[in-house]
Amino acid sequence: MATAADIAAKQDRLESDGSVPVLSVTNLMKSFGNRKVLNGLSLSVNRGETLAVLGRSGTGKSVLLRIVIGLEKPDSGAVCIHGHDIAGLSMDELGEFRKKMGFLFQHAALYDSLTVGENVAFPLDHHRRGMAQSEKAERVRQLLAEVGLERDADKMPSDISGGMQKRAGLARALALEPVILLLDEPTAGLDPISSGEIDDLVLKLQREHNMASIVVTHDMYSAKTIANRLAILDKGEVVIEGTFKDLQESNIEFVQEFLSHA
Amino acid sequence: MPVFVIADSAIGLVSDFFEWFGSLGLFFWQVLRAGLTPPYEWRELIRQLDEVGSKSLPLVAMAGASIGAVLSMEARSSLSRFGAKAMLPSAIVYSVVLEMGPIITGLVVSGRVGAGIGAELASMKVTEQIDAIEASAINPYRLLAATRILACILMLPLLTLVADATGLFAGWLTQTIVEPISLRQFINSGFAGATFNSFLPPTFKTAVFGLIVGLIACFQGMRTRGGAEGVGRAATNSVVLSSLFVILADVVLVKFILVFFP
Repeated sequence: MATAADIAAKQDRLESDGSVPVLSVTNLMKSFGNRKVLNGLSLSVNRGETLAVLGRSGTGKSVLLRIVIGLEKPDSGAVCIHGHDIAGLSMDELGEFRKKMGFLFQHAALYDSLTVGENVAFPLDHHRRGMAQSEKAERVRQLLAEVGLERDADKMPSDISGGMQKRAGLARALALEPVILLLDEPTAGLDPISSGEIDDLVLKLQREHNMASIVVTHDMYSAKTIANRLAILDKGEVVIEGTFKDLQESNIEFVQEFLSHA
Repeated sequence: MPVFVIADSAIGLVSDFFEWFGSLGLFFWQVLRAGLTPPYEWRELIRQLDEVGSKSLPLVAMAGASIGAVLSMEARSSLSRFGAKAMLPSAIVYSVVLEMGPIITGLVVSGRVGAGIGAELASMKVTEQIDAIEASAINPYRLLAATRILACILMLPLLTLVADATGLFAGWLTQTIVEPISLRQFINSGFAGATFNSFLPPTFKTAVFGLIVGLIACFQGMRTRGGAEGVGRAATNSVVLSSLFVILADVVLVKFILVFFP
């Protein structure tokens, strides 16, 4: 029987083949008690592509990301990484797949007892145990340099600003060279200048690392800046998916109302 | 009618108790499975041994010394009434080593360590740090819970020995102020007729106390909801519940020791 490591290796071969999307979710259903959050949601992302997911608060955007990374289980539906459904896997079975995904939480979720550098090194400490200390230190330095925090490695998360925390969170998310990047409201709570810096950083990282990315956001300007495609959710399903021009030209009333308030 | 309201509340309480107990059992099973499966988190375990052990040492030593001094004063007064002052060293030794040292250590550690672990993990839960650990393909039950529980199990017997030592020393000091006796004489008299079998089971029963404190504190912390209020509730519940169960476990363990180690 194929192990999770075998399947992950097969994915790498398929990914360069381009024959299947890197990530696809099909007919996802999720309820919390009596409240239906996802109602048959389906979408997919290819390598090198950024999909922005927008919608009103409570339409299941963050729940979608949590289901993809396995922090929530869907009631039904499939989450496929290169065609392999991971929705029903246990925590241990998900391990190999999670190593291929980077997740930036809405508030960065940095480990507050570790320095910025130790936070970025955390995935390497656990998954690259054979890596030499000097090599690890150099990798952490490179990651921090990519996000503009090379001089802040020894600071504690409480000593840096919200924007810097997000950048540190991004660096940590990239530590294991993921093929999929999930960003939950990357510009939430930031001033316009810091938001712009995060957008530029995400664009730069996407160009350099060629990942399949899903960005959940309320920020239409940010979505237009960083995404190739946008999807708008309403009542737990995708109402429209396409470029910003496709959204503008849509005659769906909800979409026009959404864009008018963005 | 008031009777129905009371009955309804009672049924609700009983139901909540069984739900809590069942969830605790499931949590324990998840921690056990994770803790017994590699890769082991040796570095985190060593860090926790320091947190639980060496940082609790001063408090446990002071508590043990206080108990020894109080026992010496109270026992002297009682034994004098029966003309049995010569039994004082034995009374202090047997009281401290068989019961007071272990239970005081258990309660002091459940207060200090239980609250600390409960608050720390609850804070990590509400700020999504535990989710971030899981999203990084690291098992939080192995990294956070198993290490803390094992540290409590290993450190409690050692801390009990410290409490016993300071209790006996303070007991001797208190007696020698009133009626001088050398420390050697006090120890020889106190331990006369005793064997290792008399003292080892009561000391090692504190490993069970450690399991209780660590398990309840980790459980309360990792299932916290509700922001700052939830963190406070987790810390309080960790102390209250672990103290209660340490006392209840002591009753069972003392009976067990009396039956199997007469």
